[in-house]
Amino acid sequence: MRTGAKCVMDSLEQAGVKVVFGLPGGSVLDLFSELYHAPFKFVLTRHEQGATHMADGYARATGEVGCCMVTSGPGATNTVTGLATAHMDGIPMVCICGQVPSHMIGNDAFQEADTTGITRAVTKHNYLVKNVDELPRIIAEAFYVASSGKPGPVLIDIPKDVQRAKTSATFSGPVEMRGYKPAAKGHPKQIARLAEAIKKARKPLLYVGGGVIAGNASAELTALARKAVLPVTTTLMGLGAFPETDPLCLRMLGMHGSVAANRAVTACDLLIAVGARFDDRVTGKVAEFAPHADIAHIDIDPSTISKSVQVDIPVVGDVKLVLRELIAQVEAVDRSEWMAQIAAWGKEFPFEYDRKSKELLPQCVIEKVYELTKGEAIIVTDVGQHQMWCAHFYKYTRPRTFISSGGLGTMGFGLPAAIGAQMGRPGATVVNISGDGGIQMNIQELVVAVEHKLPVKVVILNNGYLGMVRQWQEMFYKKEYSASRLGQTDRAANEKIGHRPDVYLPDFVKIAEAHGALGLRAETVEETVRALREALETPGPAVVECIVKPGENVYPMVPPGASLTEMVHSMA
Amino acid sequence: MKHIITVLVENRPGVLARIVGLISGRGFNIDSLNVAATQDPTVSRMTIQVPGDDRVLEQVTKQLNKLVDIIKVSDLTTERFLDREMIVVKVAAPPAKRTEIKELAGLLKAQIVSVQAESMILEMTGSQERVAEFIGLLKPYKLLDVSRSGVIAIAKGDVNGRSQDVAGADQKK
Repeated sequence: MRTGAKCVMDSLEQAGVKVVFGLPGGSVLDLFSELYHAPFKFVLTRHEQGATHMADGYARATGEVGCCMVTSGPGATNTVTGLATAHMDGIPMVCICGQVPSHMIGNDAFQEADTTGITRAVTKHNYLVKNVDELPRIIAEAFYVASSGKPGPVLIDIPKDVQRAKTSATFSGPVEMRGYKPAAKGHPKQIARLAEAIKKARKPLLYVGGGVIAGNASAELTALARKAVLPVTTTLMGLGAFPETDPLCLRMLGMHGSVAANRAVTACDLLIAVGARFDDRVTGKVAEFAPHADIAHIDIDPSTISKSVQVDIPVVGDVKLVLRELIAQVEAVDRSEWMAQIAAWGKEFPFEYDRKSKELLPQCVIEKVYELTKGEAIIVTDVGQHQMWCAHFYKYTRPRTFISSGGLGTMGFGLPAAIGAQMGRPGATVVNISGDGGIQMNIQELVVAVEHKLPVKVVILNNGYLGMVRQWQEMFYKKEYSASRLGQTDRAANEKIGHRPDVYLPDFVKIAEAHGALGLRAETVEETVRALREALETPGPAVVECIVKPGENVYPMVPPGASLTEMVHSMA
Repeated sequence: MKHIITVLVENRPGVLARIVGLISGRGFNIDSLNVAATQDPTVSRMTIQVPGDDRVLEQVTKQLNKLVDIIKVSDLTTERFLDREMIVVKVAAPPAKRTEIKELAGLLKAQIVSVQAESMILEMTGSQERVAEFIGLLKPYKLLDVSRSGVIAIAKGDVNGRSQDVAGADQKK
């Protein structure tokens, strides 16, 4: 006989968990009491949101299931953003929550929240454990559901009395769930149809999403593209799935995609979506997306097929297995005309910035990070302008080296996710690039990096604005910068602060130092290079604040709701 | 166009909330919904009537299929099926009208289940089409209250799932 709490620890060990992120509280004390003796590592975060993003970053960097543990009520509600982030991007995660004792559920007890109710829409699945005998099976199921099919977060809510109750139940698998049978092999007829279409296409294009990374199918994708001469564009989530240094690579597509990628989408006669979901940031105006193409779609999730764009050749299955079948059936085709066209677009419109600028430009900082890390770092971003520049000015050649909140667009994701990624990949250079807005949303987690001596490097591109909001206000809202100015000058009348008008708060160098990290500030290119070098050579965590030009915009841009052909290259 | 979806689900707490949440969260409407256990007490059947074109329905069906607690989803509208709805109607029935209403009830195979001084309660079970006719015919007598069960449905044929028999005359659209 063992307690429910012991069951949880044994099951986590059985599931191969190496590290759990979290924060204790009244309803999980029994779990934490067992955790005290557990064989895996526990990372005490300073906020439950931090714990979820760390588990998420860990999962994205390693491909393993990330795991976090929090208390009931506010502990559980604080996980909602992290769960939603992982849910949108299909990241495998198991979140264990304490709950008030069963007999108090529904009584508005202290620190009670309807956790399974609140998280239903932001998890792949969730459980409220009512009987301790079910606990071993439920945890095994949770890990299976989280990591199979289209991965996602699973939450297990465990009332305090269930943690304390004793059981002799065990579970040794395999998991059998009659309602959950993820697709595996693609339909052979559909694969043959697609192979035939590839042979006939004169202007084919692979449109690659995060599913290729989640499905560990980068090698297969690369082999297919090279064998059949298929140019590749990736989504933000797909960065790293195909080497961006390869001549077949058109870089990212969509709202802030490359001209070559967006023109290729518009001109192609066969668009093959692989592990992508036709997000609105990718398609622009749906009616004018890939207007001349037959559309094929390989995905493990049948519900993404024909959700927003009608698909001609659907192939439901595990991307890796489908691509393997496909490789065997395709052959090299001469597409020199198409390749020449694409190369010309790429040459004419590369991602670019004003290299003669007297002010330090954010794009330049990222390029320096790229040069100094030789393109081998794991880049973890927040959300906004810097996120797009990280997609433009760093070239990713391996999967799981670009980590970003794509679907939900969660500011505050970067730092904790970078900590999680570094936990999972201790030997890698992990660089968190953030803006001055996003970094402040979870900056309390910096202490975790310091405590665990994690060599995470944080680069803050400080432009004194919520930059992407500022850019949209400049372009679409009459240049009325409502609430986007973080610095204290040039604010709207009703946001003005009377005293100390010229001070930028907070002082990020002091924040770094107060947490025990190295803090450096750079205002020129030379200072940036020097600071980045010093930070990269420092064994522990370091924060480099770069004071960059405030009004810089991300280009090219497809205005929201416009077609991919309507790209804006500057405000002029 | 209305579709009738029948969904076999794990008979567990919270499953109904999951399904309703999914349908409303994705902006789809529900006309009626019915839940009860099947011959296997661990499995419940839900019959959901949803308005929308084929594309909307395809999405609803796919999204429902994604839920871990859902065992099987079928859009009955694409096959041969039988639908039933039960209705109880309280109709104004002063003594002078009773005979007339009684006669009508007999013609419509409805039961008179309660008679009060000024009203009667009628009960009827039938296809949605017949229920609609029933309401239409009673309208002139002033309906005081109506309670409908919502539609339940089952696929025809010998096996669970797609029907095996040839297209019949009583297929409902």
